[in-house]
Amino acid sequence: MRLTQAQADALVAHARAEFPNECCGLIAGRDGTATRVLPATNAEGTPFMYVMDPREQMQLMDDIETADEDLVAIYHSHTRSAAYPSRTDVELAFFPEPLYVIVSLQQPDQPVIRAFRLTRSAPEGEQVAEETLEVV
Amino acid sequence: MTIVKIPPVLRQAVGGERTVQAAGTTVGEVLGNLCDQHPAVGAQILTPEGDLHKYVNVYVNDEDARLLQWTDTPVGTGDTVLILPAMAGGSR
Repeated sequence: MRLTQAQADALVAHARAEFPNECCGLIAGRDGTATRVLPATNAEGTPFMYVMDPREQMQLMDDIETADEDLVAIYHSHTRSAAYPSRTDVELAFFPEPLYVIVSLQQPDQPVIRAFRLTRSAPEGEQVAEETLEVV
Repeated sequence: MTIVKIPPVLRQAVGGERTVQAAGTTVGEVLGNLCDQHPAVGAQILTPEGDLHKYVNVYVNDEDARLLQWTDTPVGTGDTVLILPAMAGGSR
């Protein structure tokens, strides 16, 4: 998938604004190219878990569909761990089509953003596939 | 018959439909009937034990079913059930 530098900056800014809690949101786009970053509320509001507010999730998904865009990615932050999906991330990855983007603030001055396709129903060891994330 | 609204993530599992009619007098029966009609939906929203996954939200006429009687919530003709898998995860 492709992001502009401004969109990548927006992801990091959201992660920093919610620190030490995890942030979450959606990335809308077309053909794998992001058009909009849509921050959402982490209803769980903890450093170890994100659960997107379901009403907001519904509204944002409707908004993306109405705008004839695709849900390109679901993003969240890891505040103390690497930009790699945790076991919980995989277990709760109900959405096979959008990518899962993780923003890591493990090294606060060097944020890392990576994208993955998560398949919770796949056999152990085949559930996580990293995808190219280009900042253009 | 109850109308079940299908979010984009589950539409492929029901052959692309936005809504599906399902039979039953409770949320649990309606979802069970939906999963019988479209087993691919069951693979996405049920646990291996066949229970509705904890992180799948269900709304009955826009009310959170967990705040009603969850899978025992009565439904019938004219009611709309929406299934919404959560977007969630955690670093632990």
